[in-house]
Amino acid sequence: MTDFIDIGSITDIPVQGARLVRTAQGDIAIFRTASGNYYAVDDYLEDKAGPLSNGIQHGEMVTDPMRNWVFDLATGEAQGADEGRVTTYVLKIEDGRILLSNAAIANQVAAE
Amino acid sequence: MTQKIIIIGAGMATGRALEQLIETDPDAYDVTLFNAEPRGNYNRIMLSPVLSGDKTYAEIVTHSAEWYEENGVTCRFGERVASVDRARKVVVAENGDELPYDKLMFGTGSNPFIIPMPGHDLDGVIAYRDLEDTELMMSMDDSNKVVVIGGGLLGLEAAAGMAARGVDVTVVHIMGHLMERQLDEAAGYLLRKALVDKGITVRCQANSKQILGENGKVRALQLDDGTELPCDLLVMAVGIRPNVKLAQDIGLAVGKGIHVDDQMLTSDPDILAVGECVEHDGAIFGLVAPLYDQAKVAAKTLLDEPATFVQKEISTKLKVTGCDLFSAGDFAEGEDREDIVFRDPARGVYRRLVLQDNKIIGAVMYGDTADSNWFFGMIKDGTDIAEMRETLIFGPAYQGGTPMDPLAAVAALPDDAEICGCNGISKGQIVAAINAGADTLDAVKATSKAGSSCGSCVGLVTQVLGITLGDDFKMPEKETVCKCTDLSHDDVRKLIVAKSLKSIPQVMQELDWNSPGGCHVCRPALNYYLVCAWPGEEVDDGKSRFINERVHANIQKDGTYSVVPRMLGGITTPDELRAIADAADKFNVPTVKVTGGQRIDLLGIKKEDLPAIWYDLGEAGMISGQAYAKGLRTVKTCVGSDHCRFGTQDSTGLGIKIESEMWGAWSPHKFKLAVSGCPRNCAESTCKDLGIICVDSGYQILVGGAAGLDLLEAELLVTVATEQEAIDVSCAFYQLYREGAQYLHRPYKWIAKVGLDWVKEQVVEDLENRAALAERFRYSQKFYQVDPWAERARKGVDSHEFTPLADFTKVAAE
Ligand SMILES: Cc1cc2nc3c(=O)[nH]c(=O)nc-3n(C[C@H](O)[C@H](O)[C@H](O)COP(=O)(O)OP(=O)(O)OC[C@H]3O[C@@H](n4cnc5c(N)ncnc54)[C@H](O)[C@@H]3O)c2cc1C
Ligand code: HEM
Ligand code: SF4
Repeated sequence: MTDFIDIGSITDIPVQGARLVRTAQGDIAIFRTASGNYYAVDDYLEDKAGPLSNGIQHGEMVTDPMRNWVFDLATGEAQGADEGRVTTYVLKIEDGRILLSNAAIANQVAAE
Repeated sequence: MTQKIIIIGAGMATGRALEQLIETDPDAYDVTLFNAEPRGNYNRIMLSPVLSGDKTYAEIVTHSAEWYEENGVTCRFGERVASVDRARKVVVAENGDELPYDKLMFGTGSNPFIIPMPGHDLDGVIAYRDLEDTELMMSMDDSNKVVVIGGGLLGLEAAAGMAARGVDVTVVHIMGHLMERQLDEAAGYLLRKALVDKGITVRCQANSKQILGENGKVRALQLDDGTELPCDLLVMAVGIRPNVKLAQDIGLAVGKGIHVDDQMLTSDPDILAVGECVEHDGAIFGLVAPLYDQAKVAAKTLLDEPATFVQKEISTKLKVTGCDLFSAGDFAEGEDREDIVFRDPARGVYRRLVLQDNKIIGAVMYGDTADSNWFFGMIKDGTDIAEMRETLIFGPAYQGGTPMDPLAAVAALPDDAEICGCNGISKGQIVAAINAGADTLDAVKATSKAGSSCGSCVGLVTQVLGITLGDDFKMPEKETVCKCTDLSHDDVRKLIVAKSLKSIPQVMQELDWNSPGGCHVCRPALNYYLVCAWPGEEVDDGKSRFINERVHANIQKDGTYSVVPRMLGGITTPDELRAIADAADKFNVPTVKVTGGQRIDLLGIKKEDLPAIWYDLGEAGMISGQAYAKGLRTVKTCVGSDHCRFGTQDSTGLGIKIESEMWGAWSPHKFKLAVSGCPRNCAESTCKDLGIICVDSGYQILVGGAAGLDLLEAELLVTVATEQEAIDVSCAFYQLYREGAQYLHRPYKWIAKVGLDWVKEQVVEDLENRAALAERFRYSQKFYQVDPWAERARKGVDSHEFTPLADFTKVAAE
């Protein structure tokens, strides 16, 4: 079983907003989309894109503010002609709290 | 041989299981049925029609007293099972009775979730689950106010039911739109509109803080922004939790629900469980369709017949009269998924299908759900839709037919809708001109005058031609805003005003957007058009702005920000400079630069530090210089007649006056000005969006200059005699540009399109129009001249932008 850590309330992030979780290995952006879904992805794609937490959301996608790459928040894949993938992390919502997998913070492969 | 079975809970699932069992083999079991509610099985989902008055309770009872008697069911209604001794196989009732069993079936349903906020235990705070709740709501009438927390299926049915009784109902929903689990923004908007029409007040993105009471009874709900919503009854419909307490107490395996296998057996082979209290293969259930399948399987298992429960696609319908809504399957967006969206704004119809591998995997329909079964059937069967893809969205009737006309939005406009603003020409007048023989764009321009002035309505005029003439008219290619729409920027702007559209989801719905939430190209453009069209109304959506405008600073390539305070006309003071120097020291600003626009730029500031540095600058009287805005940037000035021997007028003073009047305004793109004191032009007025050159006789106003990728000399708009006229012309010109140019066009691009002569007509020759434009600009400024830095540094606006949600770096370092 994956262990989870409470990172805040679902209302701490406004609709279509994003906030950061800082970890020793880098920042993770937590997104809340218009349809009420939450996603955790790396804020940067090394040398290619980011900070994604600053992008504009549309549907379940976010557009990188610097280079206009569009990423699918669920898979982390860049869309269209651009190639690349930001790491995504397991996250769940329980009783109004956002829980992020411990593995994301320890930055191990979430394989347990 | 007859065995004894005891059933805990007379709910929808156990009711069905009981029927199946008795139908198949009436003598197999001797049944005892416990129910905590003081009544037998009834159709819980029909409580909503009972609430609205469409049905009576008697009509929704599924099993009568006679039925139980005829079938030998011992009823213990109003009695709760207190505990179970599995070793001895006896059930203990609340009154202490012990009853032996061979088999036991759990059907305890779920408990409504009550948010444990202060005041949740007051009298008059209820959930929506059973007949008692329903009766309390039915006791409300037009003298009462009720607040419903939760804009999902249940909450809306409760709200609509009470509204039908004349109750003043407010729905408070935490998400951005209603039923966000089933609907996207646009369909949520339609639903909201329908509910508002029924007299229900809907507050989205509203966070409840506490329930206020008086003498132990509910009085009002308080939101976290302090708003109080008075109420006599407060209904919480925010979700359910499987009722597993008893199962847990007696040691059955329990996760989110009571664990069951494919035969509905719990971890104890003599105990089964069905309904909302179970967890099967990681899933829990909240709708009746799968529960009925479980009931069938459980009955077979009890009779030793083979049966397997398989989870299927489920669908939901909202049971509110006049709001036809259907949703089924999975409609999250994804890499390998595609959307087909159909909107018919005139009829308030919305349909969305989600496709994957040529199959429909999800469907949402609003307004017209007649074809829902057809689509749901295809989801369940995994039908390959490649062949009918083109017309799929129109439903079964259209298979093989022709697709809908994409000009629906324009076709739906009433005859008196104004199409050409410059000449005041309505759609009806254009149609009349066409019917009188004008069958080309030029002919329409010549005979009706529509589209003959600024030209921004040409797209719409062309569409009216297309609609009126049908196949006889070939539509010219045109540039659309982005791939999400067939409309051009000009069309969208006109329609926002003509149809009084006031939010992005509303624009997308009414103008037939073909993507569910737009994209990074259309969202900021629409946001600007709304901001410009409706000053003073809350239309600005920060989430649709680019990062610089959202956080009021310029993002740099390393993710840090730069901060440029406003210095009117490029004039500063020793105190301001000291404050800037202090801030630079305090926040370790790596680079301090003088900009091309005569301002000071502090570069390399961390996002978290922005509110603090703004606070310090604010203490010294400085506000945002908006160096990040698609809006008014800077007015550069030279020293002018105050100090310079060539100066003809007070260019510095005029620059300060103009900037004081214009700061804070948003526009299609950035807008830069300069005022030079004589034709030597030290402030470089000739390459600005608007430049003023002072001469002995007055002020030359030049427009449409550029000194970026394009280099263009500004052209003379007019020469005026007084400072006040110079200011008025400047404001009028800026407003004309703000109202007319397409998003991301600088003034020179817009002038190239509409022609300098037309601009002169509007702001130079037509004095009345000049005054009206300046007046509209000044009205809009009342609302937009707010220092965004002060709001963030002092009032905590958007504080979520500047602080991380959580920080684990320190933990890791220990
Ligand atoms: C107002 C409303 C509208 C709905 N509309 C729809 C709809 O349109 N479509 C849809 O698919 N679903 C709808 N639902 C959901 C649907 O009603 C439930 O999924 C369904 O009723 C669950 O059935 P169940 O048998 O699991 O539990 P229930 O029907 O809740 O029955 C459980 C019973 O067990 C009793 N009980 C609990 N513990 C004990 C105990 N220890 N001893 C004795 N008895 C006990 C309870 O009192 C209760 O009567 C609606 C629900 C509500 C409340
Ligand atoms: C988002 C992108 C850009 C940002 C954030 C930006 C920001 C700035 C800032 C902060 C200044 C300093 C002074 C002022 O406030 O005017 C400036 C000046 C200037 N910028 Fe940009 N700029 C951007 C893009 C461009 C582009 C694309 C061009 C050319 C087409 C351009 C041309 C200029 C010029 C010519 C000046 C000097 C202005 C003057 O002397 O008045 N900038 N810009
Ligand atoms: S523009 Fe004319 S008035 Fe202004 S500083 Fe230059 S020379 Fe002097």
